[in-house]
Amino acid sequence: MGKPDDFPAETVKPLISKAELVERLLAVLPTESLLHDREELKPFECDGLSAYRQIPLAVALPETEGQIRAVLKICHEGRVPVVFRGAGTGLSGGALPYEHGLLLGLSKLKRILEVDPQARMARVQPGVRNAAISEAAAPHGLYYAPDPSSQIACSIGGNVAENSGGVHCLKYGLTVNNIMKVRFVTIDGELLEIGSDGLDSPGYDLLALITGSEGLLGVVTEITVKLLPSPVKAQVVLAAFDDVAKAGQAVADIIGARIIPAGLEMMDKKATGAVEQFIGAGYPLDAAAILLCESDGTEEEVASEVARMTEVLKAAGATQVRVSSNEAERLKFWAGRKSAFPAVGRILPDYFCMDGTIPRKQLPKVLKRISELEETFNLQCANVFHAGDGNLHPLIMFDANDEDQLHRAEKYGAAILELCVEVGGTITGEHGVGIEKINQMCVQFRTAELNTFHAIKHVFDEHGLLNPGKAVPTLQRCAEFGAMHVHRGEEKFPDLPRF
Amino acid sequence: MSEIIQQFQQTIASAQAEKRALRIRGGGSKDFYAVRLDGDVIDTRAYSGIVEYEPTELVFTARAGTPLRDVEATLAEQGQMLAFEPPHFGTEATFGGCIAAGFSGPRRAYLGSARDFVLGVRLLNSAGEDLRFGGQVMKNVAGYDLSRLLTGSFGTLGLILEASVKVLPIPETEQTLRLEMNETQAIETMNRCAGQPLPLSATCFVDKSLYIRLSGAASAVAAAQKHLGGEPVDSGPFWQSVREHTHPFFAETQAQWRLSIKSTTAPLDLGPTLIEWNGSLRWISGDGELDTINGSARNCGGYATLFRRAGEADAIQRLQPGMLALQRKIKQAMDPAGIFGPRRLHDGF
Ligand SMILES: Cc1cc2nc3c(=O)[nH]c(=O)nc-3n(C[C@H](O)[C@H](O)[C@H](O)COP(=O)(O)OP(=O)(O)OC[C@H]3O[C@@H](n4cnc5c(N)ncnc54)[C@H](O)[C@@H]3O)c2cc1C
Repeated sequence: MGKPDDFPAETVKPLISKAELVERLLAVLPTESLLHDREELKPFECDGLSAYRQIPLAVALPETEGQIRAVLKICHEGRVPVVFRGAGTGLSGGALPYEHGLLLGLSKLKRILEVDPQARMARVQPGVRNAAISEAAAPHGLYYAPDPSSQIACSIGGNVAENSGGVHCLKYGLTVNNIMKVRFVTIDGELLEIGSDGLDSPGYDLLALITGSEGLLGVVTEITVKLLPSPVKAQVVLAAFDDVAKAGQAVADIIGARIIPAGLEMMDKKATGAVEQFIGAGYPLDAAAILLCESDGTEEEVASEVARMTEVLKAAGATQVRVSSNEAERLKFWAGRKSAFPAVGRILPDYFCMDGTIPRKQLPKVLKRISELEETFNLQCANVFHAGDGNLHPLIMFDANDEDQLHRAEKYGAAILELCVEVGGTITGEHGVGIEKINQMCVQFRTAELNTFHAIKHVFDEHGLLNPGKAVPTLQRCAEFGAMHVHRGEEKFPDLPRF
Repeated sequence: MSEIIQQFQQTIASAQAEKRALRIRGGGSKDFYAVRLDGDVIDTRAYSGIVEYEPTELVFTARAGTPLRDVEATLAEQGQMLAFEPPHFGTEATFGGCIAAGFSGPRRAYLGSARDFVLGVRLLNSAGEDLRFGGQVMKNVAGYDLSRLLTGSFGTLGLILEASVKVLPIPETEQTLRLEMNETQAIETMNRCAGQPLPLSATCFVDKSLYIRLSGAASAVAAAQKHLGGEPVDSGPFWQSVREHTHPFFAETQAQWRLSIKSTTAPLDLGPTLIEWNGSLRWISGDGELDTINGSARNCGGYATLFRRAGEADAIQRLQPGMLALQRKIKQAMDPAGIFGPRRLHDGF
């Protein structure tokens, strides 16, 4: 195990030694908030992309915004690279440390500062777990809508940094659509308030710009989120199909029938097989694919919508359609989907979870190609899929202790992402680029576009100290990678016969 | 169409060379919204037409110059809509202008704003380079979110050639209810309703009446109507008049203020008021000083805009110093020579 072959991290060299850094940090942090022994640093060596590891120079775990500002000022002066870390569940290596860099963890800032049920908003610190917000809002009949599968662990600060989504985001939006305001500290220690308690703020939309910026522009130190009324009722329809293409068509038919489901998920046979062994969600094992289609709202809304969903799914050729008859059954159907990653993780020790998003109509073609590539790379791949959004999560299974398998898995992942761009999609729908997809950025974007990203980065962080080398590749890197930019919707070699 | 892009590029190149300002303009329906309108007009209307629209993908892509009414008509034929209900403010409004202005109408508080629905843009930057950000898919976090940064930038960061937006089905049923009450009660009612699982799609308080629009399945709308009571009124014309500012409330005044604040804020007593968006949007008519009115809005967690005015003004919004400096740097990063719409939004850049 180790770093990606050509980890670009160590381009920024600090002006000060580790000893100096530690001394300066101890002047602004309590002793227990600074870790610098190798043993203590070990737990921070990777995030959810565990195939890549690096022990950081030191770890700071500040308790206040004031301490964060002081730490960043010191790093800025000493030109020390900084990586922020929420809960470390990120899947693209965004929180992967640098040998010569400080890891700044937000885990001690985990207070819910205010829940305002009348105005339907909550003000929280960045280390608060996603699910904790909905728990705190529940007594008021409210909840926070974006629900990544990692919601019991991941932090709201990490959600903002990645613009995370969840199974309900077709109807309720991503993080960017559900936050109102943040407090934000840039690398020089300056504090900004971005957004407002109203529904917009003056000038350019910086809230959107920093959402999904993967810790490259600054650190989020407080977030005001929107809360929504909890639906009175939710029901999920489970539909089985004997053919993946039919399931894909059923998704289009649902939308075509003017239904926006609260959730619309697909799993292929490999995924349902893994899940059934793991927790027994009651999925039909003979199906080539299943769809989970959820309706939520008032009693009347749900009754009317579920009837229409059932009708459309049957007409689309579902071999079996089951409607959850009570809350326990609904949760059981979802439990399977939500445990898909760990279930797959039990088959082989490691997996890469890809995150490409495609126009939904390309689904049959893309899934077919992904399964053909299994043979090419001699690796297994299970597919779970936010079908409503066109967001694929192929799970490539491998054993990272086997160098060759790791290498093949990387190549397989890259091939899938490039395929997504080729059919008019994107390399990442919700997990971010991080270090994992850095080369594929060269496929998706052209020089002038990358230059624009660099210009924006320069506005916030002129010395490039925050997460250097991640999320946006340098032009030099793209030249070395030698990728050909694939223009959206146009195939690389249109004259050749394809899959 | 590529010749038109080339013409735009030539215009931009010569403006760069001569350090001349350019004013990107569609139908001019939002010309009123500006500190100043400097520069030679680039008219986007030549670059018009739908690029791609497949209703089952819920994604619509069109060129900037496409008339906004054509966009809405095309979507309506397929039973779909721009869910942020953009105000046109005139028959000439274009799709590009709608995105560049980023205005949203009555449905905004329930389904989202223009920027919430923008998925991608194609842009000519100040170097005349043809760039694409975001895309035609529902979720995309590759690179910084420039599509949303450009939404509401009023042509000051670049020329939006094309935009892709998420579209939604038109609700099966809509019903508007009118309930008589005072402003305090209305603010309280709007916020209370918004915290309940009701199929709300718009709220407005004006003339001592609270108007509530319900949207969705017929059975759900009927149930909510029973719960809320009030007198049913014709949905279409009323919300159209609020959205387009043709309601009599907007007629009589010299200056129109837009306050975006915390929804539960008690009545502000700054002048005649029309309230939308559960209380978080307050339209106030009357004279006043930007700093004073903005100060009141800031005390309520938001800000004020001098939305319409009769004469000159040196500013329509106030930004905090740190924020102003940052915004200026973003403008410089995107448009170093400052050729696009100088001083349209802020005095100084
Ligand atoms: C089993 C599993 C399921 C998942 N399911 C989903 C899913 O359904 N949808 C989804 O979108 N994601 C999912 N993820 C990915 C991950 O949980 C999200 O990306 C999450 O938002 C990361 O939060 P975190 O607190 O763990 O962030 P970290 O992993 O700690 O950090 C992620 C990135 O954010 C930066 N960052 C963290 N905190 C801050 C801050 N306060 N300010 C600035 N930058 C910061 C870091 O530098 C890093 O670049 C899943 C992950 C796992 C392991």
